[in-house]
Parts: sequence; structure tokens; C-alpha cells
Amino acid sequence: MKAKAKRNAEPVSEALEKAAMGIPGLDEITGGGLPKGRPTLICGSAGCGKTVLSMEFLVRGAVEQGEPGVFMAFEETEEDLTKNVASLGFNLRTLTAQKKVVVDYVHIERSEIEETGEYDLEGLFIRLGHAIDSIGAKRVVLDTIEALFVSLPNEAILRAELRRLFRWLKDKGVTAIITAERGQEAFTRHGLEEYVADCVILLDHRINDQISTRRLRVVKYRGSIHGTNEYPFMIGKEGVSVLPITSLGLEHAASELRISSGVPRLDAMLGGKGYYRGSSVLVSGTAGSGKSSLAAAFVDAAARRGERCLYFAFEESQSQILRNMRSIGIDLEPAVRAGLVQFHAARPTLCGLEMHLLEIHDAIRKLKPKVVVIDPVTNLMSTGTGNEVKSMLTRLIDCFKTEQITAFFTSLTSGESAPEQTEVGVSSLMDTWLLARNIEANGERNRGLYVLKSRGMPHSNQIREFVLSSQGIQLLDVYVGGDTLLTGSARLAQESREKAAASQRQQEIARRSRELEREGQAIEAQIATLRAGLEAKAEQFKLEIAQDSRRQTALLEAEMKIGRSRMADSAMGLGGKHKPQRNGV
Amino acid sequence: MQTSELETGRKAISTGGAWELRLYVAGQTAKSLAAFANLKRICDEHLTGQYTIEVIDLLKNPTLAKGDQILAIPTLVRRLPNPMRKIIGDLSNTERVLVGLDVRPSEELNHA
Repeated sequence: MKAKAKRNAEPVSEALEKAAMGIPGLDEITGGGLPKGRPTLICGSAGCGKTVLSMEFLVRGAVEQGEPGVFMAFEETEEDLTKNVASLGFNLRTLTAQKKVVVDYVHIERSEIEETGEYDLEGLFIRLGHAIDSIGAKRVVLDTIEALFVSLPNEAILRAELRRLFRWLKDKGVTAIITAERGQEAFTRHGLEEYVADCVILLDHRINDQISTRRLRVVKYRGSIHGTNEYPFMIGKEGVSVLPITSLGLEHAASELRISSGVPRLDAMLGGKGYYRGSSVLVSGTAGSGKSSLAAAFVDAAARRGERCLYFAFEESQSQILRNMRSIGIDLEPAVRAGLVQFHAARPTLCGLEMHLLEIHDAIRKLKPKVVVIDPVTNLMSTGTGNEVKSMLTRLIDCFKTEQITAFFTSLTSGESAPEQTEVGVSSLMDTWLLARNIEANGERNRGLYVLKSRGMPHSNQIREFVLSSQGIQLLDVYVGGDTLLTGSARLAQESREKAAASQRQQEIARRSRELEREGQAIEAQIATLRAGLEAKAEQFKLEIAQDSRRQTALLEAEMKIGRSRMADSAMGLGGKHKPQRNGV
Repeated sequence: MQTSELETGRKAISTGGAWELRLYVAGQTAKSLAAFANLKRICDEHLTGQYTIEVIDLLKNPTLAKGDQILAIPTLVRRLPNPMRKIIGDLSNTERVLVGLDVRPSEELNHA
């Protein structure tokens, strides 16, 4: 049976037409709204939101869909009703004046009624018919028609008339909501589901661990596909909001913009630029691993950029956070005073998860922040259970993404469980997941931080030591030597050891260079000595040559003198006789 | 039963006096006609000369249903004497109508 009506699709002749509720989430569950032109039964115990839900259906129909509506109240007077729904932002008086809504209070006092013989409820029909015709109503709410069972003694007549009424409503072509009290065994106390068989919605108000949660379930929807789960819903300042997981259209635009995490080294670990704008960031870690400090650094950085931030604190009060963060050199106070940073501190057990989420939604709508911190998200989880929490968080994250809000969640993991494990598996919804962990070694505890995942960016796979000081947050390289990593004082010791070794090396170098210098000088000296010796020898040699030549000259002169004195035939045959003589000398 | 057209409108039947009754009907149905006949008979018997009956046809005046909070048809409303009383049905049970209208003296009522 394929009968899911699509509003924009070609009108399939068999398809069931639907009247949109205009209630976030509920239209998704019902595949477009309630069956148009047919009655729908909404049942639930007292105070579970039947009147509000049906009133919202009517008002939204009148305002948003252009379908005027009649509200026939059997329990509250027009004045009470007007006042009660004013708190949801519905102005019935205006709508009535504009002829968009008619509120008709029907009341019968059992004590002033006597019954004799045959009757029918034609009076009710006429009243309703008149109200419908007076404004051309397309929607009708009967809240709650079961009151008639108390007022009218003859149940047989009443049942017959109710059957006729619902058929009559169908003939009129109005989309109707009939509310009824929850019965012990059946859906309704008086078995109205017998007559209204097209669509039945069950509301519930349950208390788990002293925290109440409203839930809604479409029990039956003839001729249409519908969500069959129980969905949590809330009644807030803007009426009903149902939180179906199915409303998660993954259609949000992904930003290319990057924003700083407030810790330069962390930005460096995340591909050098920090988080993506509009992404969700999770920091998980055990107690005291520095999660809130990272959150504060992020908020501080955002505030410096002039962006508005919302900080939801579920563990500490505003002043406590401000004081604590001042101690690590992050002063958020000026930003708070400037209205850039807003704190919402509340105990998680103050109200149910739905109310918290509603508050978050409200605050976001008012402040329109760029950055939201939820510290810690695990505390919210304590107020709900399992799937419910996950679906609500999914919805919340979805809301952040659509609004392009960068969300920063901290998650407290208990010491025993694996640090990679978050309690409701929210990590799969996160884009960036940082893990802060305590590293215990050498009798001390130090903080380490690494990036477990970060979608869409290169990121460091290294662990960094994470140091909180009055100068703020610093990430330091840890020493990875051999098979251990060193942090804290072990790192300091290693550092000083390395420093000592370095200085020793330096001294050694200096010594060696001095030695070399000296050696060089010695060699230079030797060279000088040798050169001096050589020069001396050369001098000597020159001297000798000079002496020799002087001697030669002297010898020659002497010979010539002798020759002259002998009066030898020097003038003739000088050469022949002369030479052998000289050689013989 | 002398039934023809039901006369509707203000002061359909007035014999004067303290009893001001209003009968709400919706068109000329058998139940409405029966109720009117029964009412007239009872009034003539028990409230001779001191009652006023006003018949209102909601088909003609649908807005009037709201004033007296009329759901069931036919409904007889005792507007005077105070307090207001309502009797729904075709008024076929005279005893109950008299109890409903608080016409019978109290000792008889107790006896009944």
C-alpha cells in the first residue's frame, strides 16, 4: 500500500490528502499532517498536552494554511482557554476578531439536567454547524467530547449520536481532532477509538527517575505511512515541538571557513587552521583533563573575533567558570560584559532533557550565536535515557549545523571505560573529536591531548602534552624515545639532560677548535723556523759566492800582475800560451 | 395528540404567571412535536394559568443554542423561577418532568 501523500507531487487519485499541522516534527512523522477531511483522535492522560496540541493545529491552520477553525471546548471556558494558550504565543482574541478561529465553550451541568424520554444531540450539531459555517471553517477541534459522558446520563443515545457526529464531520469535509482521556485498557476511557478509526495519536507523560518526558506516538494512520516510534515532544513558549530522528535531512551547507580553536598549537594539529565553521567538536576526557579549559579558550578566541557565544554550563556557575579560567590566563569577563559571551548555567536535573533542549533552542534563537559550548554534554544524558538522548542530541546538532553554529561539546568519560567511548555514541555525530587524557607515569599525572578524528582536514596523529599555566593553554611535544613517551617532570628531566649533553658537546667543540688552533700555531712557528734556517743558508751561500768571486777577481788580478811583471808575450800568441798556464794554477 | 405546525418564536403560549419555560427544538421532528404536546398537557394540568412557553427552533436561530448551552434536542429550560433547570427528552415521562420542573410539593417528591 503506497499512499504517502506528497504535497508537491502529482495528485495521485488514491493518495490521502493531508492537512499540515505546522508543528515541527509532527508533520514529518505523519508524512505531511493529519488526514484531510477526516477526524483524528488524540488521546492521553490529564495534562499531557492534548489541548495545546489541538489548539496549535487549529491556530497554525488558521494563520499558516489559511484554514479557519472551530475549537469546541467542553472543559475550559473561552476566557480560560484564551489565557492558557496566550502563554504559547497564540492570540485567540485577535484570531477570533479576524474570524479565523471560533472558540465555543459547551457546558452542561449534570445536576441541573433531568432526562425524560427520547432525545438526540441535534443541538450540538446545530451549534457546531453554525460555528463552522460562520467562518467557513476547515478544521474542528472537540476538546474533549468525553465530557459528555459525564453530563449526559444515557450512554446508548450518546454513543449513537457520537457515531453520527463523526460521520457528519466527515461529510462536512472538515479535518477534525477529537481529544479523549486515556483509558485503563483501551486507548480512551469511553472507547472513542471505535468511532474515529482513521488516525489515532497517543500522548504520554512519563516520569523516569523523577524527570518527566512527554512522548507522542502515532498508533494508527489509515491509508498512510507513518512513524511508529514513540517520539519525545515538548511544549515550549512556541507550542509543541516533536523531535523525530527522521526530521534529520542532511542538507546543511558545509562551510569551508576555518576558525581558530584558541590554542595555536592545536590549530597546527588540525591542519594549521583550526576547526571548520559550523562543525561540531567533541572533547572527551576523564575528570580534570582540561576539557572546560579548551572550551574556554575556544570561546575566548571567538569573542576576540567579535562573535557571539553561548556557554551552557551544567556543572559550574558562571562566576566559578570566570574565576577558574582567569587562573589559566583566560579572562572572559570583558566579553561577558560586552554581551558577546552569555552563560546559561543550570543543574541538569532541574528539568527534563526536553526542557533543556528547548532552553538551548530558545537561547540560540535570541542571541544568534556563532559558537555554542555545552559543558558537559554527558550531564544532559543523565536526564534522559538511551535513544531518546541520542535522538535529541542529533536534533540539536542538526539545528546547530543548519544555523552554521560551531558547537563545542565536552564529554566526561569515566575512568574505567575506554576513553574512546562516549556514553551515547554521540561521537559519530561529531566532526572533530579531541581526546584529552591523563597520562600517568613516574608517580605523576599529566595531561595529554590528541586528535582522534577530524573530518575533512589533515590532522596530526601525535599526542601532545597539554599544559595549563597562568599563561594559558600550551601544547608541547612529548618526548617519544625508545618505547616510552615522557611528560611532566620526566619530560623536564629529559629536557635538562639533553641541555646538559648539548652544552657538553659545545664545550668539546670549543676545546677541539682551540687545540687545532694551537697546533696550527705550532706548525706555523715551525715553518717560520725552517724558513729562517733556509734564509740563513741562502744568505750564507750568497756570501760564499761573493767571497768566491772576489777571490777569483783577486786571483786574476794577481796573475795579471805576475804576467805583467814577467813581461810575457802577452800581446802576441796570447791565447795559446796563456790558457794552459792559467789552467795549471 | 393535536399536532400540526409547531408555533415557534417568542411567547408562543402565554397564560401569564411565574413559570417561564422555553422549549428548544430543531425542526418539525416527531420528538419535538411530542415534546411540545407533552409539555402543553403537563402545564395545563399542573400549572394552569401561570406559565409561559416559548418554543425556539434552532434550525431557524442557531445562535440561540449557545445562550442556554443546548446540546440535546428537545430540551426544556425552566428559566423562572430560579434556579434554572433543564429537562432533556420528549417529556414523555410526566413524573420526571414534574420532578425536573420542581413542580410537585416536596413531600410528594420525597414520596415518589
